[in-house]
Amino acid sequence: MSATLAAAAAPHAAVAADGGFKAPGVADFWQPLVGQGAFAFTRPALVLILSVGLLGWFFVSVSRKLEVVPSKRQFKAELVYGFVRDTIGRDVIGSKDFRRFLPLLFTLFTVILVNNLGGIIPFVQFPTFSRIAFPIVAALIVYVAYHVVGIRSKGGVGPYMKSIMPPGIPWWIGWFVYLLELVTFFITRPLTLALRLFGNMLAGHLLLLVFTVGGEYMLLHGGNIGIRGAGVVSFLFTIVMTLFELVIEFLQAFIFTMLAAIYIAGALAEEH
Amino acid sequence: MHIPTQVTAESPWAQAGHVIVPHYAELIIGIIAFAVIYALYAKFVVPRLEQMYDERTAAIEGGMAQAEEAQAQAAAAKQKYEEQLTHARAEASRIREDAKAQGATIIAEAREQAGTEAERIVASAHKQTEAERQQASVQLRSEVGAISTNLASRIVGESLDDETRRRGIVDRFLADLESGDVKPEKVGSTGTPDAGAGN
Repeated sequence: MSATLAAAAAPHAAVAADGGFKAPGVADFWQPLVGQGAFAFTRPALVLILSVGLLGWFFVSVSRKLEVVPSKRQFKAELVYGFVRDTIGRDVIGSKDFRRFLPLLFTLFTVILVNNLGGIIPFVQFPTFSRIAFPIVAALIVYVAYHVVGIRSKGGVGPYMKSIMPPGIPWWIGWFVYLLELVTFFITRPLTLALRLFGNMLAGHLLLLVFTVGGEYMLLHGGNIGIRGAGVVSFLFTIVMTLFELVIEFLQAFIFTMLAAIYIAGALAEEH
Repeated sequence: MHIPTQVTAESPWAQAGHVIVPHYAELIIGIIAFAVIYALYAKFVVPRLEQMYDERTAAIEGGMAQAEEAQAQAAAAKQKYEEQLTHARAEASRIREDAKAQGATIIAEAREQAGTEAERIVASAHKQTEAERQQASVQLRSEVGAISTNLASRIVGESLDDETRRRGIVDRFLADLESGDVKPEKVGSTGTPDAGAGN
């Protein structure tokens, strides 16, 4: 399995059939393990399943023996949980209602974070959320969640649709504002939520691919010492970009969860 | 298991345009993955962690309440000690005042007592002197009597001892002498008739 993973981690061949440089592209993100079609079992799906196993095992085993004075392992788990609970959940949703949304927010944050970090973890080296299906699932969950919360808190679909209208807008511009709000609530929010995460992960990983594959090609097939030197510089850039990716990966997980909390808080609020 | 890139390129999913087309299997696996994690968190992780947070909050609040109680106790103890100190100070000053007053009384009493004692001593000295004087006078009287008798008998030439004692001549004579009836230089000449009259 690890051999498969390792081989799949760098599926891109820098040298094309004609001997020239073949630049890495978005086609390299298609990594099927079993099958070829729409129901092929892909490598990102495997990474996601492994991440679910890891997260499930870690947090369930930690929460099995919790103490008021935490152990080292519990402290680490609490570091992540406390961040989601206090910074994202309580501060955004408010101390009255935040507790019932904690499973959702914690799920979103940990699954996205671990899978994003997979982009720079050796032998995984693939950000799962650069496959559009996964950000769509995550955004869909948030989409359904905040609409359901909104409908419940406003007491029905009708009042909820009315509550979308911001108060204090004169009638002659009101219809236009309402239209904009409808677009925001039903199209822009889920779309941006999914595409932001997807785009960041895809672009970041593509950047790493370009630097790595390009560096490899220049170092191994470069015509003179200058180009080979540029290959070394390219590898150095890969290291810098990897650290940069680390920040982006955390930030994207944070932003996604934060926006989910903000949308839920908005749906809970008395006024728009 | 892994298929080389050249072969996968034949699949429509490997085309660049398909990168924004959600892959069906991945959608399904994604939904399942989120559902599994959500179920685990909602059932096992979050409730336990929240319970632990509640317990921790309770423990911290309990600790704070205890600290407050201890502080209150300390304050009460301090007030008590201060009150006791004030009492002790008042007591001490009262005792000092008492002692001063008592000292003055004692001195006054001692002075009075000393005065009385001195008067008593002086009085007793006076009495003693008087008694001694009396005694001396009595003794002198008897001695003078004896001497006079002796002298008179020598002058007269015969012993008058027995008779004079019996008759009290000398006493009578001395009484006369004291009353001034008889002059001392005339003892020999006037003694006999006076002595006879006294009897």
